[in-house]
Amino acid sequence: MAKTLTPKVLVIGGGPGGYVAAIRAGQLGLDCVLVESDRLGGTCLIRGCIPSKAVIHAAGKFEAMAHSVGKGSCGIRLKEAPVLDMAEMLRWKETIVDKMNRGVAGLLGKATVQVITGRAEFSDGKTCEVQTASGPVTIKTEHVILATGSIALPFPGVPFGGSVISSSEALSLERLPERLVVIGAGYIGLELGIAYRKFGSKVTVIEAREQILPLYDKELVRPVERWLERADVTVHVGAKVTALRESANECTVSVQTRDDAPINVSADTVLVTIGRKPATEGWGLENMAVDMRGPYINVDDQCRTSMRDVWAIGDVVGEPMLAHKASAQGAMVAEIIAGHRRRFDPVAIPAVCFTEPEIVTVGLLPLEAARQGIETVSGVFPFAANGRALTMEAADVGGFVRVLARPDNHRVLGIQAVGLLVSELSGEFAHALEMGAVLEDIAGTIHQHPTLSEAFHEAALRALGHAIHI
Amino acid sequence: MGRYVFKLPDVGEGTAEAEISAWHVVVGDRVEEDQPLVDVTTDKAIVEISAPVSGTVISLHGAAGEMVAVGADLVVLEVEGNGDTKVSKTQFTHAPSSAAAPHQQLSSAPEASAETAAAQAVRLPTARLAAAEAPALRRVAANEPAAFSTRTPGEKSVAAPAVRRRAQELGVALQFVPGSGPGGRITHADLDAFLAGGGQVSRLVGGAALPKQGIEEHKVIGIRRKIAERMQEAKRRIPHFSYIEEVDVTTLEALRLHVNTKYAQQRPKLTLLPFLMRALVSALPAHPEINARFDDDNGVIRRHEGVHIGIATQTPNGLVVPVVRHAETRDLWECASEVARLANAARDGKAAREDLAGSTITITSLGALGGVATTPVINYPEVAIVGVNKLLERPVVRDGQIVVRKMMNLSCSFDHRVVDGWNAAEFVQALKNFLEQPATLFID
Repeated sequence: MAKTLTPKVLVIGGGPGGYVAAIRAGQLGLDCVLVESDRLGGTCLIRGCIPSKAVIHAAGKFEAMAHSVGKGSCGIRLKEAPVLDMAEMLRWKETIVDKMNRGVAGLLGKATVQVITGRAEFSDGKTCEVQTASGPVTIKTEHVILATGSIALPFPGVPFGGSVISSSEALSLERLPERLVVIGAGYIGLELGIAYRKFGSKVTVIEAREQILPLYDKELVRPVERWLERADVTVHVGAKVTALRESANECTVSVQTRDDAPINVSADTVLVTIGRKPATEGWGLENMAVDMRGPYINVDDQCRTSMRDVWAIGDVVGEPMLAHKASAQGAMVAEIIAGHRRRFDPVAIPAVCFTEPEIVTVGLLPLEAARQGIETVSGVFPFAANGRALTMEAADVGGFVRVLARPDNHRVLGIQAVGLLVSELSGEFAHALEMGAVLEDIAGTIHQHPTLSEAFHEAALRALGHAIHI
Repeated sequence: MGRYVFKLPDVGEGTAEAEISAWHVVVGDRVEEDQPLVDVTTDKAIVEISAPVSGTVISLHGAAGEMVAVGADLVVLEVEGNGDTKVSKTQFTHAPSSAAAPHQQLSSAPEASAETAAAQAVRLPTARLAAAEAPALRRVAANEPAAFSTRTPGEKSVAAPAVRRRAQELGVALQFVPGSGPGGRITHADLDAFLAGGGQVSRLVGGAALPKQGIEEHKVIGIRRKIAERMQEAKRRIPHFSYIEEVDVTTLEALRLHVNTKYAQQRPKLTLLPFLMRALVSALPAHPEINARFDDDNGVIRRHEGVHIGIATQTPNGLVVPVVRHAETRDLWECASEVARLANAARDGKAAREDLAGSTITITSLGALGGVATTPVINYPEVAIVGVNKLLERPVVRDGQIVVRKMMNLSCSFDHRVVDGWNAAEFVQALKNFLEQPATLFID
């Protein structure tokens, strides 16, 4: 006899969208069940944000040590080159993932959310069956929150496997690739490509569009390009991969370069990071009769689907595919179900590339302002003139903070930064936009000295025409 | 720079004073010559007064709704050159020194100092919106370091997340809330003020209705005040009584249809109104006490031989009563065209003084909204008013049979001081007879 559960709220997917929705639902006293087929934490915790940051950190540490060999750096010299123990590095990374995975389970438990492990298969909008280790469980519910996330897009005709890997596998490589080819120079490909370059792989990056990180303007991307040049990473932009062939221990990537020259790049590992697609298959979405918008589940500004009391959040409803967006939507939906009046209306969702150096963007980009015909004033402050950056060897990479504001009332419309550790500035940037700050608000806030955040202050002053340190 | 004191000009024959209806400028505004400054209402008309010279508004005299005497100071402008008056500089404390100043003056100037703090808390949302949308930037001196404009219309509202959240819970659409912060940023205090001012609370999906707490204050000014005064006068002085009778207009409607069909190409279509006017003209000679004006202060009733029919007309500004003079000299189409001319003039606010005075009896008709019965208020100092109710088909008994007839009620009110019930009844029955036997309308 199959077990049947009848919670008020059923959450499908235990990633940063789903588990936050479930915790918030539990906090609000709603009877909630969460179904996750894999480990709790989703792409973000298990095979994305968190493990990639661990790998990137380890790579940075290794690179710093490698640079200290011989001539040394800041007066620190190592006699021998550092040794990379990939297995140990991965084990260390896994302890972090495990810790966070257990943490999510603990938080869900505290919020009295029942977690069912297994794959849900919907038979209609409000009913699904989950095959668990201890047999099938049928769940009938009032509200469904779909938070199934997204999966990596494979290269057309070449499924992931062997030496052709997605970002997930790239975070668990047993052996350091000697020659790594990264197809797609978006933020995922560049973050990982740069990390492996730091570990010592020979890295080639192939991007179909005319620039790496093609969504950003040239100025913002330039410091990353410079790092890639200095680190001897081969970058082909405007290049098209025409074929991807695997042999015994090698992969050959055929590329039509910008100059129309066909070249072959051989590699032992090919990382395909050409995009992600919403995870809409294999769990009975087709039985739920919800409207789609292209590949995504269509939702309104309350994350309602076309079916009453079926909600969808996170990657599965579209760009930006970012964990913090999913979490915000998840919490909101739980609150709406609990009777609150909410709308998803952020002014801006910050986005960070953990490249070398890091890039953070919040709100309007100069390209978008130009495209939309929005008149702006901007203030740019380089980290070369920032004391803290100088003390961190972060002044010579060409980083800066840039503020865009309206010329008439000085409202801040967008903030971008590129430089060492600028990801940590994203909170202040987003906060400024959400609070509707004007340049004078930033200029009137005393910023801690010496910190990188002073560059934000100075950028605002510069937009007002009276920066101090430049 | 000099001062130019602009005094209220003579806005009409024999006008001694005028009421300020609406200001088009606020203190600090730059105005060009001939730019509208203010609307004033005289006895009958609204007059727009334009700036005689270009300059900057320094002060406005009188709030909307207040009376201003002809020749009294209306607007003081700062102008190029010497102006028309010598005033020591210290007497004026204008020149907004901060971006907020125009707002303060804007809200204090038209609202008179007598207003209490409590009254200010329930300011009209429309007034607040106007204050917020007033382009503040152009009033800020060029050398001001920080100049904040308010929000551009159509732009998404700007508020901190906590304010947005609270607004969502309250069901308030923030685009209607004026923001007082830099760049029109909406604060908690702005939201409080909006709610206190009776701001609109919309129902969001999934939420229960909130009790509505708002109270809007509207000053009774202009034509509305005139209407209020006249109605109060009529009801205070005149002991009204109303008499309601039904009229079978089946035959009249057949005649009207026939005439309209016959003259479809040559003449405009007739409504029922000219026939009713014709019936009044036919019935009134036998009831001279009803076609009269009662000068009750002097105790004199003036019975008129001529029939001057007031036609109560709804206009965007309220009720006015233009007059068809000497209806006894006009045929059906002349009556109709005169009514049309007067109605258009009244609706456009262009009716002449003589078009709006001197009626001896009034017709009021709400057409399709006429209802079953009404109790019309007499157009003082007349002594009778004829109200027309809705025309519709009703079952009536004729010769022991229930038949469908086109029926219409007449609801008439009379001044009981000078018209007895008997006379009133006879008069209405006469009207009824004329309307039910329309041929008799055309027999002398």
